[in-house]
Amino acid sequence: MPADAEDQALEVRGLSKSFGRFPALNDVSFAAADKEFLALLGPSGSGKTTLLRVLAGLEQPDAGEVRFRGEDYLALPARRRRAGMVFQHYALFRHMTVAQNIAFGLKVRPRAERPSAAEIARRVGDLIALVQMGGLDKRYPAQLSGGQRQRVALARALAIEPRMLLLDEPFGALDAQVRRDLRRWLREMHDRAGVTTVFVTHDQEEALDLADRVAILKDGKLIQLGQPQALYDNPASAFVYEFLGPACRLPGVVEAGRLHVGDWTAAAPAGAPAGDVSVYFRPDEVEFGSAGIALQVRTTSARGPDLRIEGLADGESVELHVRAPALPSGVAAGQPARFVPTRFQLYPRAANA
Amino acid sequence: MMRIRLPGFAPLMLALSVAVMGLLVVMPLGVVFVEAFSKGLPTYLATFQDPDAQSAIGLTLVVAAISVPLNAVFGLAAAWAIAKFEFRGKSALMALIDLPFSMSPVVSGLVWVLLFGAQGWFGPWLQDHDIKIIYTTTGIVLATVTVTLPFVARELIPLMQDQGSDEEAAAVTLGAGGFTIFRTITLPNVRWALLYGVLLCNARAMGEFGAVSVVSGKIRGLTNTLPLHIEALYNDYDFVGAFSAASLLACLGLVTLLLKTILEWRFSSELSVARRR
Repeated sequence: MPADAEDQALEVRGLSKSFGRFPALNDVSFAAADKEFLALLGPSGSGKTTLLRVLAGLEQPDAGEVRFRGEDYLALPARRRRAGMVFQHYALFRHMTVAQNIAFGLKVRPRAERPSAAEIARRVGDLIALVQMGGLDKRYPAQLSGGQRQRVALARALAIEPRMLLLDEPFGALDAQVRRDLRRWLREMHDRAGVTTVFVTHDQEEALDLADRVAILKDGKLIQLGQPQALYDNPASAFVYEFLGPACRLPGVVEAGRLHVGDWTAAAPAGAPAGDVSVYFRPDEVEFGSAGIALQVRTTSARGPDLRIEGLADGESVELHVRAPALPSGVAAGQPARFVPTRFQLYPRAANA
Repeated sequence: MMRIRLPGFAPLMLALSVAVMGLLVVMPLGVVFVEAFSKGLPTYLATFQDPDAQSAIGLTLVVAAISVPLNAVFGLAAAWAIAKFEFRGKSALMALIDLPFSMSPVVSGLVWVLLFGAQGWFGPWLQDHDIKIIYTTTGIVLATVTVTLPFVARELIPLMQDQGSDEEAAAVTLGAGGFTIFRTITLPNVRWALLYGVLLCNARAMGEFGAVSVVSGKIRGLTNTLPLHIEALYNDYDFVGAFSAASLLACLGLVTLLLKTILEWRFSSELSVARRR
């Protein structure tokens, strides 16, 4: 749901931040709509966590502007921003019970704004039910599993009725199965709470699966921002292409509107760079047949639902995936074969040399 | 943990260490009590009727009551700054905190005499303003604080570094102010380690001899602490009195050891990383 400028909840303009000589954020600008779920995706060191901490008020940027519903957010100290933050390692208060953790944000309010003890207890009870922690309210963090701790952390952040939810790799410390379960659950929580959410992750599958829009960061710069499908279909650079999923790369040449890879040629898409290019395609977006790029198959193996075909194409090692159960006819270890990438992207070769 | 069977050499080492422990720790401790009660309980108790003894005990309690809270506050502040913030000169501060451990206590006492004594840097100025530091309780407190400086800080720094500042950051985003965070998050997270440090600090504060003897002037009934009083009695050939008074310090040591062991046993995970077992 990318929206018009009018109903932007969060606006970030020209944000820069350095730690010593290391530039963590470099002129980052974007906007998020009300109730939008925005993922910040990037490898470690890309500045995504720094960006989140700037939004939370835990770091001050060197330059730039952050506005929330038009209000200058940077002028507000962290404690007045009402940004509910969830940390990668939970950061639960270790000497407080689940209920005390969730109640904390309400109890520390100035007396005039503080709900009554009964009201706090009622809201804590509601949140415990919401995050499905019923019966565990007297437990201490050390007595909970990782997934339970993260749900408590989310309930604690939601308790302050946040204007914005900030999630810093909330599933980073959990194992794969728990991650997948919590992912869908988190999306439901977001839809129900109706809060603008900024979610930091280095897991592209998580970002593409969860978010309304994904922002890709690299070396402190915002590389590309878009809806997951648009991003996946049209990565702006080789880096984004490789980052969004498994990728095969072959050298090619574009001449007079034709792409040449080895002895295979195809029409180059409009706007393709001329000259030496890198041809990128997904390992499962290929068709085997009598024509196409020559592949000397080295090995074939079954890997879960996929069959993997590994070999040399035009001197480059590639690994292709086809759906089980059967290999395409004529494909066998030690034999030559031919394949055509059904979809591909071209990037100038020098850019990714 | 897997048990390792001790080969022939190891029992020998074990026997040696037990023998050394017995000779150097258990036996002297026993001697203190045997000597203290050698003339019977009435004589033992009579030692504490002496006004000088009572004054020494009182002074020792006063000095500990002032220096230990001072060091607890300093230790907390230093550990908090070192563990939660990055700043220039951090390693220098950490080294400085450890300095009293590596320096003879006599030197720790002497520096105050050099600064505030009659012939010291500020001596004439203090005299002009009729302020006395050396040979007073103030001087004894200064010397004691110097010597016991590292105890609380050293206990807290590794624990606080291990805990990081994520909980404080979370508390800020939830709307808590600085003092609330310190009171409800930081302090409770280190409470047992703080108690542990205070305990060791107190034992040292009450037992300190070297630094205090330099600044106290050893005026009986006025500036003698318990350890100095023991020395005075011993020099007077009042062995029963000396050992009776010493038995008090020995008891303090045993109680400290007991409490320390209970803390280590009950709250090992909340003490410094180095002390976990």
